[in-house]
Amino acid sequence: MSDERGILTPLQAALEAVLFAAAEPLSAERVAEILGIAVDEALELLLELRRDYDYGGRGIELVEVAGGYRLMTRPDFALFVQRLRSDDDTAALSRPALETLAVIAYRQPVTRVEIEAIRGVKCEKAINTLLERGLIKEMGRRRGPGRPIIYGTTTAFLEHFGLRDLSELPPLPARDQAADEVAATGEDEAPSDDEGDTTI
Amino acid sequence: MGLKVSLEVFEGPLDLLLHLVRREELDICDIPIARITDQYLQYLQQMRELDLEIASEFIVMAATLLEIKARMLLPRPPRPAGDGDAEETDPRRLLVEQLLEYRRYKEAAEQLAILAQEAGLRSPRPASELNGERSGLPELPAELDLAALVAAMRSLLNEAEEAPPEIARDAYSLRQKMDLILGRLAAAPRLRFRDLFGRRFTRLEVVVTFLALLELIRGRLVLARQSERLGEIYIERREAAAG
Repeated sequence: MSDERGILTPLQAALEAVLFAAAEPLSAERVAEILGIAVDEALELLLELRRDYDYGGRGIELVEVAGGYRLMTRPDFALFVQRLRSDDDTAALSRPALETLAVIAYRQPVTRVEIEAIRGVKCEKAINTLLERGLIKEMGRRRGPGRPIIYGTTTAFLEHFGLRDLSELPPLPARDQAADEVAATGEDEAPSDDEGDTTI
Repeated sequence: MGLKVSLEVFEGPLDLLLHLVRREELDICDIPIARITDQYLQYLQQMRELDLEIASEFIVMAATLLEIKARMLLPRPPRPAGDGDAEETDPRRLLVEQLLEYRRYKEAAEQLAILAQEAGLRSPRPASELNGERSGLPELPAELDLAALVAAMRSLLNEAEEAPPEIARDAYSLRQKMDLILGRLAAAPRLRFRDLFGRRFTRLEVVVTFLALLELIRGRLVLARQSERLGEIYIERREAAAG
């Protein structure tokens, strides 16, 4: 824990340096390995640092995402960060891509033909877009006739949607309810630890 | 015509049908098929008038709707005792199931869009190519697609000189090239496929080295990455913990 003047211990500072330099979320295990400390020690250190960021009035925070911890800018300053970035860095996914991704996320591993059966349209282009953006990957081939390629989501997918792991995906809307009832159910079942769980 | 028509765009026939069901406030499990078919065909007609290309899936669905409509007009085959089979004989059953299933994923996609929007408010420090950071290279499908790898090899082959006649055919062994790649990787975390060759090299050498690389990839000892088709191939050690 830093003292009142906000001075970090050498180990905390080392952790901060490593997290800043990391290009991907770091698990507590990886942090422990890098700093040469025990895993529970690393975890404690991470939580301390996160607290420091939370209470220090800082522009960045330590976020748990995609199976690890990562320094991220705080949502409050998104406007400024967006001005910094070019548009294509943050281009939103098209509807076909998003629908295709939803089928893959909930049904993985899944083949192209299975996705097309659900969406009722060809999905080749959407799949290629998702592959290019690194949100899905080929996970091998299914046994059986034609040995079709099967697709699944990536770590980048978790990061893109701010999920710690796949279990944090919102529950798939129920099948047999009217549209507005479904929306309401989705809200009830969504984890409420986040202030932002909006429903359509 | 002087009328300005704005036509909503639909992802496919299922999307269009869902829209019609919602707009007409119909019960999705008991769709008045004649009415919905008329509306569906009307929409296709509008598309035609606007000279929009109509994807074949829309046509197939039109045929399906007409078929269901026709079958609804036919007298039902007499049911065996018990009402449980009523749904089995309903010609709409398959379509309704497809619609219900599609709707789940359409809604899931909307939820995902909201998640992405929220997550987009936070930004990580972007990976920098200068630091040799991995994320700078896009994640590749199944590490590398074979066609791209072959194309890269082909362009190297075109560069290769013809072997001088005095070089024996077995000058390069697969084992030796595999050792070379692993040896180089022990010294540097990443190298370019190109770096495995000196200033002069022969076609045979490229082929053997390429086979050695494939062998190592297959043995999961190295990773090959390529940021674009025909681009440079980067070879990396495969960390036991990576992934």
